[in-house]
Amino acid sequence: MNMAEGLYRTMRLIRRFEERAIELVHAGEIIGGIHPYIGQEAIAAGVCAALRDDDVITSTHRGHGHVLAKGADPVRMLAELTGRATGLNQGRGGSMHAADFSKGIYGANGIVGAGGAIATGAAWAAVKEGSDRVAVSFFGDGAVNQGVLLEAFNLAALWRLPVLFVCENNGYATTLTVAQAVAGSITARAEAFGIPAVSVDGADAAAVLDAARDAVARGRTGGGPSFIEATAYRFDAHHTWEHKARVRYRADEEVAAGRSRDPLDIQGVRLDAETRAGIDADTETLMAEAVAFALDSPRPDPAGALDHLYATGLRGRDGIGLLDTAVR
Amino acid sequence: MARLSYLKALQRALADEMARDENVCVLGEDIGVGVNNVTTGLLAKHGPLRVVDTPLSEQAFTSFATGAALAGQRPVIEFQIPSLLFLVFEQIANQAHKFSLMTGGQAKVPVTYFVPGSGSRSGWAGQHSDHPYGLFAHVGVKTVVPATPEDAYGLFLTAIRDDDPVMLFAPAGSLGVRGDVDMDALGPVPLGVGRVHREGTDVTVVAVGHLVQSALAVAEQLADQISVEVFDPRTLHPFDWDGLAASVAKTGRLVVIDDSNRMCGIAGEILATAAEQMRLTVPPKRVTRPDGAVLPFARELDLAVQPQQDQLLTAVQEVYKSSR
Repeated sequence: MNMAEGLYRTMRLIRRFEERAIELVHAGEIIGGIHPYIGQEAIAAGVCAALRDDDVITSTHRGHGHVLAKGADPVRMLAELTGRATGLNQGRGGSMHAADFSKGIYGANGIVGAGGAIATGAAWAAVKEGSDRVAVSFFGDGAVNQGVLLEAFNLAALWRLPVLFVCENNGYATTLTVAQAVAGSITARAEAFGIPAVSVDGADAAAVLDAARDAVARGRTGGGPSFIEATAYRFDAHHTWEHKARVRYRADEEVAAGRSRDPLDIQGVRLDAETRAGIDADTETLMAEAVAFALDSPRPDPAGALDHLYATGLRGRDGIGLLDTAVR
Repeated sequence: MARLSYLKALQRALADEMARDENVCVLGEDIGVGVNNVTTGLLAKHGPLRVVDTPLSEQAFTSFATGAALAGQRPVIEFQIPSLLFLVFEQIANQAHKFSLMTGGQAKVPVTYFVPGSGSRSGWAGQHSDHPYGLFAHVGVKTVVPATPEDAYGLFLTAIRDDDPVMLFAPAGSLGVRGDVDMDALGPVPLGVGRVHREGTDVTVVAVGHLVQSALAVAEQLADQISVEVFDPRTLHPFDWDGLAASVAKTGRLVVIDDSNRMCGIAGEILATAAEQMRLTVPPKRVTRPDGAVLPFARELDLAVQPQQDQLLTAVQEVYKSSR
């Protein structure tokens, strides 16, 4: 499979995964809702196409795209979102914590900006081991105001660690615009620490891939961290809850203009129509399987609600004090 | 038997583990020069990839350790003051601690968070003198407070080898403690196993950290009137409830002394568990810092807030008398 097809296939998978997931939210099969990634697919697809299986990523609360692009099984991922025992995390993580450590996916993360320092530590571990693995931290424009992320930039630059910081600038931190939230420029935050920074069109997967390849090559060869700001438009809500709350913060015209640059079309026109239709059909089949698998999968046993709380298997006391006659 | 100081025991434990396992590394502020004397000599021996002097970036280097641990390292972080833990509560309680469960057991985070000098160091005032171990026990992070040199050695070893995040509080009041130790018998001490330092039949005194020495002094002082059993939990989570129950079964009376704040503190948890599940012949007592205390600067104010040996003595006498 050539790279143009691969990028499109990844994006198509993310898009259809998200659309099916939104249906399942509305059907009540996914509780808690999701943060849709629709419109930003080219960023995950482009960056992860530059990575190896053993490279590491940390993701965000809007993490489905990153997790899928890095190679997690979409079938088990959907089972995770529907809270099934067969899910990637055995139903313990859900949308905001989906992870697959066998693919270097250190998980989506519910705290904005939290993954930056974790990825930096993973990059340091690679250097300490003498490996040329790299780590990538995805985060949104809102995260550049989090102190811990800026501290992580400093450590990564100071110690020339192979970490790639990818800021997905979708224009909004929940409902607050970048103009309302970020003083100065986003790339300047990285440049202030001596980290090479570029801005790319985050709707164009090929452009993202080019930038990511440069950054990853720099990381693998001891050149230290890199920063990519990828601008994109979030087509859907910050969270599926928004539709119920009827929150309004974007003009219809703005949303229409944003949606007019669909990353799937931008990449899709680089393929012949037959190839594109074939990928679309494959994706439909895969997602139909995923939905069926998820909904047919068993739910976790409540008796195991605190399984895995400790890696060592430690069990604490239960919470029923008076009724718990055994001293444990 | 050789004399071993608590501080030297900590230093030896870290040095031994770093020599034994190349994945063990240490990071923190001013550790290259060994400002607390625990990391002294390690930089020269192991180099800057295993002894990492960090910038003042507590939040970043705490999650940095999480990332390194997820990638197979076993980092030890030395925090120079206990209050820095308030800065990194997100990184420990909400990130490191939650990885194992949230990933369905895919991830483990073997990081040791180590505070050599927790609690009052006399004259360090409000922002350098807390003992926030209860916070970590509450959220479920394994939490250890050794009281003696051999326990400091053994529990530090165990903390580093544990596959989960572990907090290790070395009370400032313990750092200078020296004891006669059989060096050949030094070895790992399991988490969740308390220690009876002195057997007794009338009153169980549970003492945390450096207060074990106060409890032993009180027991000695009262020896001809009241038989005091001194129980040191050594780890606050997991807690040795069986060990405590065995002691209370003998004495039926309980006093807890703990140098952290009263409200929602570990002493309250010990009393509550004893009340629920053990046979107490009289109401228990606790000697702690006051509710919500902030340690004042002046020596007499500082001491006024910390639980004192004479307060423990009075509490033990009252608990003993009330049952006669």
